[in-house]
Amino acid sequence: MDAKDILGIPKTQLPTTQEKKSRPQKEPQRKPDGISREVYALTGGLAPLMPSIDVSQLKKRPPSDEKITWQWLPFTNSARKDNLQLYHWVRVVNGVPPTGDYSFAKYNKSVDVVKYTDEEYEKYLTDPMWTKEETDQLFELCERFDLRFIVIADRFPSSRTVEELKDRYYGVSRAILIARAPSPTDVSGHPLVKDPYNVSQEVERKRALSMVLSQTKHQERKDAEVLAEAKRITDSRMASRAAEEPEMPVASHVGSESADRAVVLGDTVSPSSNIQLPSATVVPSTSIIADSASTLASLRMLRVYLRTYALEQMVQAASSSAGLRTIKRVEQALQELGVNLKPKVPTKAVCAEHLELRKEILTLLNLQKQ
Amino acid sequence: MEGEIEPVDCASASKPPRLEIPKVPDDSEKPIAIKRLKDVEICVPIVYGTMAFHLGRKASESQSHRWTVYVRGATNEDIGVVIKRVVFQLHPSFNNPTRVVESPPFELQECGWGEFEIAISLFFHSDVCDKPLDLYHHLKLYPEAESGPKSTKKPVVMESYNEIVFPEPAEGFFARVLNHPAVVVPRLPAGFVLPTPVPIDSVHEKGRGDTKNHPLSHWFMNFSEADELLKIASARQQVQAHIIKLRRELNMMNGLPPPPNPASGHDYA
Repeated sequence: MDAKDILGIPKTQLPTTQEKKSRPQKEPQRKPDGISREVYALTGGLAPLMPSIDVSQLKKRPPSDEKITWQWLPFTNSARKDNLQLYHWVRVVNGVPPTGDYSFAKYNKSVDVVKYTDEEYEKYLTDPMWTKEETDQLFELCERFDLRFIVIADRFPSSRTVEELKDRYYGVSRAILIARAPSPTDVSGHPLVKDPYNVSQEVERKRALSMVLSQTKHQERKDAEVLAEAKRITDSRMASRAAEEPEMPVASHVGSESADRAVVLGDTVSPSSNIQLPSATVVPSTSIIADSASTLASLRMLRVYLRTYALEQMVQAASSSAGLRTIKRVEQALQELGVNLKPKVPTKAVCAEHLELRKEILTLLNLQKQ
Repeated sequence: MEGEIEPVDCASASKPPRLEIPKVPDDSEKPIAIKRLKDVEICVPIVYGTMAFHLGRKASESQSHRWTVYVRGATNEDIGVVIKRVVFQLHPSFNNPTRVVESPPFELQECGWGEFEIAISLFFHSDVCDKPLDLYHHLKLYPEAESGPKSTKKPVVMESYNEIVFPEPAEGFFARVLNHPAVVVPRLPAGFVLPTPVPIDSVHEKGRGDTKNHPLSHWFMNFSEADELLKIASARQQVQAHIIKLRRELNMMNGLPPPPNPASGHDYA
């Protein structure tokens, strides 16, 4: 107050500032009982909307009619094969220890690896690339390591790739399954029979994944560009096919493009897109080329069209980056040169030449601006 | 191919046409998947328009001209091989303004006094395309110049040239029209196997479908692409010369060496 006197600020203050002063005092005046002040403050000092903890339950005592002791008792684990006896603390209620198996025994799952006899091997499983010895070793490792093929591949005596091992394992399992089945139809629903392991596809898939993983930032950006371009093309296709019969599921084809496809696409597109970037006018020319490409694509989607329509679309695409005044100047230039704005004889050749002429006039006008 | 309207991308220009078989979903209602030829286009050059004769002494208030609206092949060949029927939509003041012509030559004659826009819908045979293509033409009765007494012998002719393009033609269609003079068909690589053509049931009630000996054929306009091509080519040369000159000037201003000839950087195939 004294400071205000000195400064000469009027003593009467605005009502808003006074409000602010009184409000902080309304902080949690009452904290609920049952939990300590510090714990309550952890929630931010405000009561939760829905009390998640029934506060009165927090200091509940156990039912007093039960007598609980803790005892150091031996136990067995059915998951073990060696009858090892260990000890642990057990909560004993009224002198009765808990019954039942060790609670973690149920988590000891293992894979059912097929076991074949020697005659079955002779009959169904021989393979030029694999000796019986190797196959037996493989299966033993599979059982031991629960089909963890990375580990198996590491431990396998002769060097085989993970895909080869998987191929042999699944091939043998499949053959045994079919051989042992009473009739082919019984097992035709089994996933092994329906979708057999495809080595080449797996190798390809992993190679593609590793390529994606090891992509440089540059490549990543290029891929994003290509995908955006593809999306634009499909969008324009979808637009032009809005009223048409759904004959070709092109959208789904593009939609199912997985990462490896995009990588392959990126590889093939980037060299050609490098050719298309000549010199100073990089940005406009790439966008014009992109527009022309998407226009061509959407034209191809039509079942039938007129040559003049195609020319109009291509002209529009080529002048997409130009303003209205520039377009007027192009038309003026055409007139001065004695060329019809719309060709009188729109054959394929004439339309192509006309389009090129328009593009050249655009280039000329751009140059003249500089 | 010459004169492809395509961006500068050499890769696709030399691709041979290939078959594209669309994926037919399992539960589709369509029993047959149509095989189409990708990167192949079938082109049908047409001319459409009107021809109007003044009736002279026989003219009345409401009927001063006798005019014909028609669609013909640009070389006067029979376009009935591709077009099944044509529907001309006239001004509502006409009786039954929707006129259907079921067979070539696709034309319609009427009498009247007024100029209006005629909508022409081309319907194609079932193996060609199941969607119609629409054209529009303004009926012209009165000549540009007021050349004194109107002649009953010389008609006022207004024709437009255009080309119908089928970008991915069905195999059957291609095989059927392969050698027809009305249709422009590219050559397929050697050894390409096409199905045996199935002839369409075509109705030629008026005898022949071509317009080579049409009674009005000597009034037909001539459309020669050579003149237009020449005009455009010379225009392009002029523009290119300008560009080179400007580029040189700009680079001199910026102190750079003269740029290479633009022709070397682009593909004008």
